[in-house]
Amino acid sequence: MIDLNIIWFILVGVLIIGYAILDGFDLGVGVIHLFTKKDDEKRVNFNAIGPVWDGNEVWLLTGGGALFAAFPIVYATVFSGFYIAFMLLLTALILRAVSFEFRKYVTTQKSKEMWDLAFGLGSLIPALLYGVAIGNVMNGLPVELIDGKVTSSISFLGLLNPYSLLIGILSLVLFTMHGAVYLTLKSEGEQQERVINWVNKTWIIFVILYILATLATFFAAPYLFKGMLKNFLFWILFILMFVSMIYIPVSIKSKKFGKAFLSSSVMIAMMILLFALSLFPMLVPSSIDLNNSLTIYNASSTQRTLETMLIIALIGMPVVIGYTIFIYRTFKGKVVINQDSY
Amino acid sequence: MDPVLLARIQFAMTVGFHFLFPPLTIGLSWLLVLVETMGWKKKDEIYTSIGKFFSKILGLIFAVGVASGIVMEFQFGTNWAEYSKFVGDIFGAPLAAEGVFAFFLESTFLGLYIFGRNRVSKGVHWFSALMVAVGSTISAFWIIVANSWQQTPAGYVIQNGRAELTDFWAAVFNPSTLPRFFHTFDAALISGAFFMAGVAAYLVYKNKGGEISRKALKLAVIFGLIVSLLEVFPFGHEHGKQVAETQPEKFAAIQGLYTSQTSAPIALFAFPTEPPPALHAPVEIPGLLSWLAFGDVNAKIQGINEFSKDDIPPLFLTFVAYHNMVLLGMLFILLMIIAVFKLYKKTLWDSKKFLKLLVWAIPFPLLACQLGWISAEVGRQPWIVYKLLRTSEAASVTVGASEILFSIILFAAIYILLASILIYLLVKKIKQGPPELVTGEEVLS
Repeated sequence: MIDLNIIWFILVGVLIIGYAILDGFDLGVGVIHLFTKKDDEKRVNFNAIGPVWDGNEVWLLTGGGALFAAFPIVYATVFSGFYIAFMLLLTALILRAVSFEFRKYVTTQKSKEMWDLAFGLGSLIPALLYGVAIGNVMNGLPVELIDGKVTSSISFLGLLNPYSLLIGILSLVLFTMHGAVYLTLKSEGEQQERVINWVNKTWIIFVILYILATLATFFAAPYLFKGMLKNFLFWILFILMFVSMIYIPVSIKSKKFGKAFLSSSVMIAMMILLFALSLFPMLVPSSIDLNNSLTIYNASSTQRTLETMLIIALIGMPVVIGYTIFIYRTFKGKVVINQDSY
Repeated sequence: MDPVLLARIQFAMTVGFHFLFPPLTIGLSWLLVLVETMGWKKKDEIYTSIGKFFSKILGLIFAVGVASGIVMEFQFGTNWAEYSKFVGDIFGAPLAAEGVFAFFLESTFLGLYIFGRNRVSKGVHWFSALMVAVGSTISAFWIIVANSWQQTPAGYVIQNGRAELTDFWAAVFNPSTLPRFFHTFDAALISGAFFMAGVAAYLVYKNKGGEISRKALKLAVIFGLIVSLLEVFPFGHEHGKQVAETQPEKFAAIQGLYTSQTSAPIALFAFPTEPPPALHAPVEIPGLLSWLAFGDVNAKIQGINEFSKDDIPPLFLTFVAYHNMVLLGMLFILLMIIAVFKLYKKTLWDSKKFLKLLVWAIPFPLLACQLGWISAEVGRQPWIVYKLLRTSEAASVTVGASEILFSIILFAAIYILLASILIYLLVKKIKQGPPELVTGEEVLS
């Protein structure tokens, strides 16, 4: 039966998917920015995401708030456990956030280059760290339940294990490709050719890494596959993911960039749903003893809070999605640089 | 070093830095709503130019506000894990509500407001300015809900080793939410008014922007006078009464009332020392504190002596922060009265010294905000949730002192960098001034 805990598991998943699709391309554009040489192309990068990146990032903040409200034990355990990694992530996000305005108003070439770098690294580091974090969660964290109280001892260097690093590089390449696909919609001429090249190359690397990561997961976290091969939903998600993955280079080749972006977005959503499905009902598997894992039941808020939060989400989110679509339609099409631009 | 102390230093630093920006963005965005309304409805080109100029400044300040705000959403989990587990059932909801109802609104429409002037109709553009103001205000509301619940918890039961929600509305509208919201919101309006007034005063002083600068200055000082007056009465007064009723320890500490008294005096100026707690060289008005707090000059007010030593906040810091905040509040009224008087006498544009004073006044409302925040938060100590959870029991147990020290140094370095670049860019942008309207300048003035 569907209960409030399951609904919130799904809703937190939806927020993560929203974030990954929307801020995912922002991060990807930032990574590509590191390799962009011409100033007018750099400005296209900034202005391609300029009016929307801030709203996109709110999906992360709201996701954090929702996790706090719905599953406070997970929020407290994972965030304090990943302390140093989190501080690096926050630093990167801070520098990225100011880089738009700061780059626009500084005048010397050197300062502009400095904020180009801040934008690039401020995108690359999060894109990598999200994967590392997911890798560690899949791998299991040293969580123990002693007298019903959660304790954990996670060290920063422990987070950088080969498996999690592999997932980190996978997410970095995935977001870079997603950002490149987005830029095909926003750029023209030579720059568009260059980003098409980026899509094709990162797609190949992504597919190879994805196969490697799946194989590695068989060994690192076999429990994630338990029962999956007989699960009907698993196969539906998997096939959808596979089809949209194939469709990315196909639609790029036929210059249907909108469809390519849609495919890339669907693929990301399917990847996260597959991850969520295999994790369910766990939120954080315990590497000490799976019975100690944090689940949607032992780590959640009370039913009253989950219910109240559901009402808030049902009132608020349709409105949010409504005006987000409106904004994207307003800024649809190729980037046009004028005096107000970044 | 003590990890709890370090975690507190980090929290004070990150919140203190972040809290420089929301008051400015909230205040400025409401002023811009007024400006854009005039520009749109009255087709007044001058107001449109004010809007164009200040919206760019708003964008710059907003960026640093967003950047420093990212830390806020996560540091309860990273640094205050025990607190998060204790309050998660109640405290997380307002944070999530802030995201759903406020952050999306302000962030999404800010992009449209700044970049969409020529892409959407005038009405939609005006609406985007309004949504930025509304969004940032709702954001302040939910944050104050969360923080007020720490001050005066309500609508909960202690169960399973944590606070569990029993009544959502009682928790949202706990006894201190509304008094604190209005007090803080109005402080933001004052900050915005002084900012706009100071910037416009500079431009008038330097003879830049012509009528654009003069109209902005006029709007800002009239608005500034109204909101400065409202801050003392009713908002400051109501908040004071609420503290006296619901948090007597804090009230005694900020007022410097160290022994219980009927017909308690209000201390206007004094220098507090301890131990034993005492006020030196106080200037007092007898009976006034009793009257302000309880509407009766003879009312008894509890002094610090009535509370256990383990339950009282630091006395020096709370007294000094609170009294300087009040002093600044009075100065704001005085400054704005003079400004409006000069405006009425048509001497404001030529009062060079006074214009300069308005420029130097820009940071003081922000200082008052910080001092008010210190009174509120230090005044709540030693509790992180008043009478329910002590600050000393709330920090993350898995995070060591060295890790926190690392992040303090990291954030301090970034904040110094951001603050200096922001100030540099703001000064540069303001010195440039708005492009003057060529047509009809002289006719209009």
